[in-house]
Amino acid sequence: MKKTNNIILETALKALLFFIVLYSVYIFTAGHYYPGGGFIGGLMTSGAIVLLLITYDIKTVQRILPINYRIITAIGLLFAIGTSAGSLFFNVPFLTHAFTHVELPVLGDLSLHTATLFDLGVYFVVVGVTMTIIQTIGEDE
Amino acid sequence: MTVIVNFLIGFFILAGAILCLIATFGVIRLPDVYTRNHAASKAATLGVMSILLGTFLYFYSFEGHFNSRLILGIVFLFMTSPISGHLINRAAYNSGVKLWDRSVRDDLKEYQKKLHEE
Repeated sequence: MKKTNNIILETALKALLFFIVLYSVYIFTAGHYYPGGGFIGGLMTSGAIVLLLITYDIKTVQRILPINYRIITAIGLLFAIGTSAGSLFFNVPFLTHAFTHVELPVLGDLSLHTATLFDLGVYFVVVGVTMTIIQTIGEDE
Repeated sequence: MTVIVNFLIGFFILAGAILCLIATFGVIRLPDVYTRNHAASKAATLGVMSILLGTFLYFYSFEGHFNSRLILGIVFLFMTSPISGHLINRAAYNSGVKLWDRSVRDDLKEYQKKLHEE
């Protein structure tokens, strides 16, 4: 492994990664009322991990984030199927969602929707599939 | 007050567009990769930042909407664009792109030669 002294990129990454991950979480949570959602949030999160992969090598990133992305994909699919099939227990058709307003002490009026959990499944699947594709191409030796 | 804000919005957006135009002329007219990159990464960054600032002022003063994503975009662009310029120049130098034939001084070449001999 050739060692390069690319200290400018490494230093900038420490500040930039925070921005990118924060913005991807924002995009994910704002998806119900504004443009955004699980798909683009997941793509942006995997973009942040790809930036990490560009700066460091694949083994370092595997040590920083010890995640098996295939399991992340499976968890995402489980979320999607679980929220869809959960409606069957309440005697309503498949994929029927429910929502309610909750008063929380600090956050105030919050409308909780089960579609967010479905979106979380989409988010996990997108992150998992994208990172699996990039890692399998990247570590081909 | 509205006149001043109107003037500021127009100034920022026009200045940004003109700076981007100047960056384009620089990329077309300058002789080698390094000077072109100098024009593109400096002038275009300031131009796009001015346009974003003008857009932010417009939405803040006319719609009363504080769009924090535009501020975030300005900060992000200010941090990333010079770094990308640096990385492109570095990659160009390491893959052996020649300097303009009228340039007089290349300190990095001597340094790399010295590093090679050790």
